[in-house]
Amino acid sequence: MPLRTTGGTGPVATTKTVPQESGERGDFEADRGQEEGRHLNSPLLLTLLLLTAVMLQGPIRGALSAPVMQSWMTVFVAVMVQALPFLVLGVLLSAGIAVFVPPSFFARALPKRPALAVPVAGVAGAVLPGCECASVPVAGALVRRGVTPAAALAFLLSAPAINPIVLTATAVAFPGNPEMVLARFVASLLVACAMGWLWHRVGRTDWLRPPDRPTYEGQGKGAAFWGSVRHDVTHAGGFLVVGAMAAATLKAVVPEEWLRAAAGNPVFSVLALAVLAVLLSICSEADAFVAASLTQFSLTARLTFLVVGPMIDLKLFAMQAGTFGRAFALRFAPATFALAVVVSALTGTVLL
Amino acid sequence: MNRLAQTALLFLLGATLLHAGLTDLYLRYVKAGLRPLVLVAGVVLIATAVATLWYERRRARGQQHHHHEPRISWLLTLPVLALILVSPPALGSYSAAHTGTALTKPFGFPDLPAGEPLRLGVADYAGRAVYDKGRHLRDRELKITGFVTLDRSGTPYLVRMGLNCCAADAQPVKIALTGDIPPVLSPDTWLEITGRYTPRRAKDPVNDGPIPYLDVTSARPVPVPADPYDETWNT
Repeated sequence: MPLRTTGGTGPVATTKTVPQESGERGDFEADRGQEEGRHLNSPLLLTLLLLTAVMLQGPIRGALSAPVMQSWMTVFVAVMVQALPFLVLGVLLSAGIAVFVPPSFFARALPKRPALAVPVAGVAGAVLPGCECASVPVAGALVRRGVTPAAALAFLLSAPAINPIVLTATAVAFPGNPEMVLARFVASLLVACAMGWLWHRVGRTDWLRPPDRPTYEGQGKGAAFWGSVRHDVTHAGGFLVVGAMAAATLKAVVPEEWLRAAAGNPVFSVLALAVLAVLLSICSEADAFVAASLTQFSLTARLTFLVVGPMIDLKLFAMQAGTFGRAFALRFAPATFALAVVVSALTGTVLL
Repeated sequence: MNRLAQTALLFLLGATLLHAGLTDLYLRYVKAGLRPLVLVAGVVLIATAVATLWYERRRARGQQHHHHEPRISWLLTLPVLALILVSPPALGSYSAAHTGTALTKPFGFPDLPAGEPLRLGVADYAGRAVYDKGRHLRDRELKITGFVTLDRSGTPYLVRMGLNCCAADAQPVKIALTGDIPPVLSPDTWLEITGRYTPRRAKDPVNDGPIPYLDVTSARPVPVPADPYDETWNT
């Protein structure tokens, strides 16, 4: 595992999802001498980690036998087991589209006028079934292929929230409230288009630092497809673990009274769940199930959770800063957050 | 984490999901309906690992690559270890004691089958006792299965957790016990209780929800059911 990757450079790795082999070789040879010594052998490290865990399983089980820890573990494993199939499904489909649909197709399909291209791109988000981790690299690719940034950003925001897989997951998670699916679709699309238009009006190109690496070139389609699946599962899966741990902590440790106190006030409950969505950073394919478990909160507050989460959270901020540059992310993220809270509160009032 | 380690991790994760899906293990965490998806995900993860190895082998020799794959991948070892080494039990008395009863008014009260004893679910009994004044339950011998939970003052309850999707949204339905209660009750013991309806009520100390009583005549320890959750209560 690379010792060099730090918080700042980590997200950049997402843009070279499957780095092209030919272009990197030259750079690599130059680096090689100094790189070799600084690389830990990660397969070895993984083996050691697993063997140590197996050896110490007695003490580990003992340490985890307290009821609160068991309850934490159960919820953690439950969120993982439940969300992984959806993550895998989304990653498969997004890899298929990213590899087998040429990026030029998206550029051709969009209207020339940016003001019109924004809603079209927003609705087109529905055809990229994936979570937000998948949509950031795709939006970067769209900008590179000449799509107007406003449209690409509308796509970036809408794709993780309104695609069929996420909406199906929402319907499954809220079996008694089918209107939740409609509300999520409407609110997310509104925020995505509004952000696109806002960027068109006030955005400046020098805030954007478009990624300069083409992603899936220089290798066979099969290799690109499976490479994309491997990268997305391990990358998004890692963030899913963070989200599952946070959700389990919230469920097992935070006293129900706290959440009930926050849930009591309609304004505060909306804000609380909006902040929670940012902090938890749950994959949009799984967040509906977490929202469904927050039964103390009103449907409007939970809708805010579902609208804010796929658009802006801690891991997305990192990924956006890596893909489009920090100057962009610092302006884009707060605006998205504010708009998403307002729009979902209004939508919830009307529809739920 | 380089490609080889990622491949190994994907394989382990897929194998873990398959293991959970092919045994009853997955029922501790998610609802039964998710089984096909869990199995498919396991197969796809293993296929990804195999395909990655296949394409690595086909690459020309000597082309070594150090890709700065995200460190966050290491966290995926946690669910693998948790499922294989610990396999935490289904949510039990700890969650039940900290969560208020989630009893809601049922849509209707269909007639119950004749014949003694009558087997009922915890939520079915509680719903009929609280919202139907036990109309169909009077003078019947009832058999109800659930696990034991003690609240802070030591009052015993018979509980079953209900579940919409996964254990993260599980919520308990509780019945308080009276009558011939076994002298020693330890939390998380699964019991099949034979008893009769009683109009007595209590309030859940956590959320003031209604909790009906059951007049126990006998109790028998039973093994944990294959599906520890009640998946019918909320549909």
